[in-house]
Amino acid sequence: MNILIVLEDNRGTCHRMSKEAIAGAQQMGGTVTALAIGENATTLANELACVDLADVITVDHELVSSYNADGYSSVVSQAIESMNPDVIVAGHTYQTRDYMPRVSAKMNMPFIPDIVSIEDGYVKQVLNAKLNATISSQSSKVILSFQSAAFSDENMVAGSSTSRAMDVQLDDAIVRSASEAPFQEAAGEVDLESAELIVSVGRGIEKGENLSMAMDLAEALGAEVSASRPVVDAGWLPSFRQVGSSGQTVSPKLYFALGISGAIQHVVGMKGSKNILAINKDPEAPIFEIADYAVVGDVLEIVPKLTETLKG
Amino acid sequence: MKIAVLVKQVPGSESSLPLSSDQSWIEEGQVTYVMNPPDNFAIEEALLLKEKQGDGEVVIVSMGPDRVQKVIKEGLAKGGDRAIHLVESDKIETDPLSLATAFASVLNEENFDLIFTGLQSDDTGMGQTGVLIGEMLGMSTATLVMETDVQSDAIRVKRELESGWFQWVSLPLPASLSIQSGLNTPRYPSLKGIMGAKKKEIKKVSAADVMGDSRLQTIDKVFVPQTTKQTEVIDGDADATVSRIVEILKSDLKVL
Repeated sequence: MNILIVLEDNRGTCHRMSKEAIAGAQQMGGTVTALAIGENATTLANELACVDLADVITVDHELVSSYNADGYSSVVSQAIESMNPDVIVAGHTYQTRDYMPRVSAKMNMPFIPDIVSIEDGYVKQVLNAKLNATISSQSSKVILSFQSAAFSDENMVAGSSTSRAMDVQLDDAIVRSASEAPFQEAAGEVDLESAELIVSVGRGIEKGENLSMAMDLAEALGAEVSASRPVVDAGWLPSFRQVGSSGQTVSPKLYFALGISGAIQHVVGMKGSKNILAINKDPEAPIFEIADYAVVGDVLEIVPKLTETLKG
Repeated sequence: MKIAVLVKQVPGSESSLPLSSDQSWIEEGQVTYVMNPPDNFAIEEALLLKEKQGDGEVVIVSMGPDRVQKVIKEGLAKGGDRAIHLVESDKIETDPLSLATAFASVLNEENFDLIFTGLQSDDTGMGQTGVLIGEMLGMSTATLVMETDVQSDAIRVKRELESGWFQWVSLPLPASLSIQSGLNTPRYPSLKGIMGAKKKEIKKVSAADVMGDSRLQTIDKVFVPQTTKQTEVIDGDADATVSRIVEILKSDLKVL
């Protein structure tokens, strides 16, 4: 089996979910080749020089120096035509969602997205993650994307890989869109992705004024503060502190969830945490299904007491 | 500006979800259905665009059995001008390429300037139909759209990237856009809108006639996920809870 992984450039480094995809592909077995596109393609190839891959193919054409759906879908389709892989794999990132369906339609290959497990068929969450579905491909070739933390990048098999450049045919008729430089609405210096301890706040905090008790707890623990989307949408915390599918993906030693219900969009960003301690009033809150410690109670009562005790 | 909005009827978040006897999907008869929540934002964005432009047409498009007339009428009551219903018999199709082929065949003859879809469906969550259709019809595409700005023969959209990043992208028309939830405040249908919707045209097309026969992916079975995690439940009074949490932080996790 030949597997082609499409890597994602995360501002000069290989996206964590691309590494998870490599780990997943290596687990599937066969020959695993990676494709790096854009101005940082060689940097990504160098980053993976000590990973067990057949090759890292680099494409650095001026029309795909930065991401655009027109160019990427064409480049990936051209790579499929020239390398003829059986399986194409990527992390289920926002970028993958943006261009990979175009590849699926161009190549008439099914795209099975957001896979959480491959042990017994391709398994995907359905119906707001209340049920799982096993999906099969009726095609000889298939495109897969793996949900965050479906595999661990720590399981990437070490070895060596060489890189080589691939020529592609691109012109203005293919790349029709014009992308402006990415920007942050509120720039932050917080490094949630490498934080060991995170105190995260959800709608259960009730009011912006109550945020200070989460800040105090975080200070007592030496933790970073993050939030679920409703807290950011309410303007209580800036968007760079958001964890979830539209925010950051974190995997701390402890994720301390305060009043977070556990909507799937949030859970995909934090379920890789080593330990999850959740406080929520609602004993049925979905967050408790993935928590190691489920504290059923009032955040507004427990948190100040806990902080006081910790400060001793 | 002629805009198609693709909407889907899905089980509501509070609905029971009994598995069908062959476990191939859920028992349709015991499910309460709603408009796929992200599609409300797509409808609203289309209506806002039409209102801003002062003219144009918003066409609500949906596929499914007769029951989906409810969400079609909801779209019309909110302000859609007319609708197209791709009628399925009983079992709903889940193969994205087959669905997109059927939609593309119907939408192609209409020459839409814009096709809007919601972020993803709450049932199968494949999140690709709008982009597939765009590719099939040779349109530009963009997903996770947070803001739209129509220019003469192009549309400028603000896309949400990950980790709090955004990007503006200019696309030539026609374009297929998948709309990010939360970018606007969806309206409720007015009483006048509901009454008016009854007179609006709903064109019916047999989905089977435009879908083709080959299925490239199928849902073989659905099942209740098994949780493997051992969860310790702590539900005493506040003081007992606090002392147990401190113990966990100290002894179990060693983070203090």
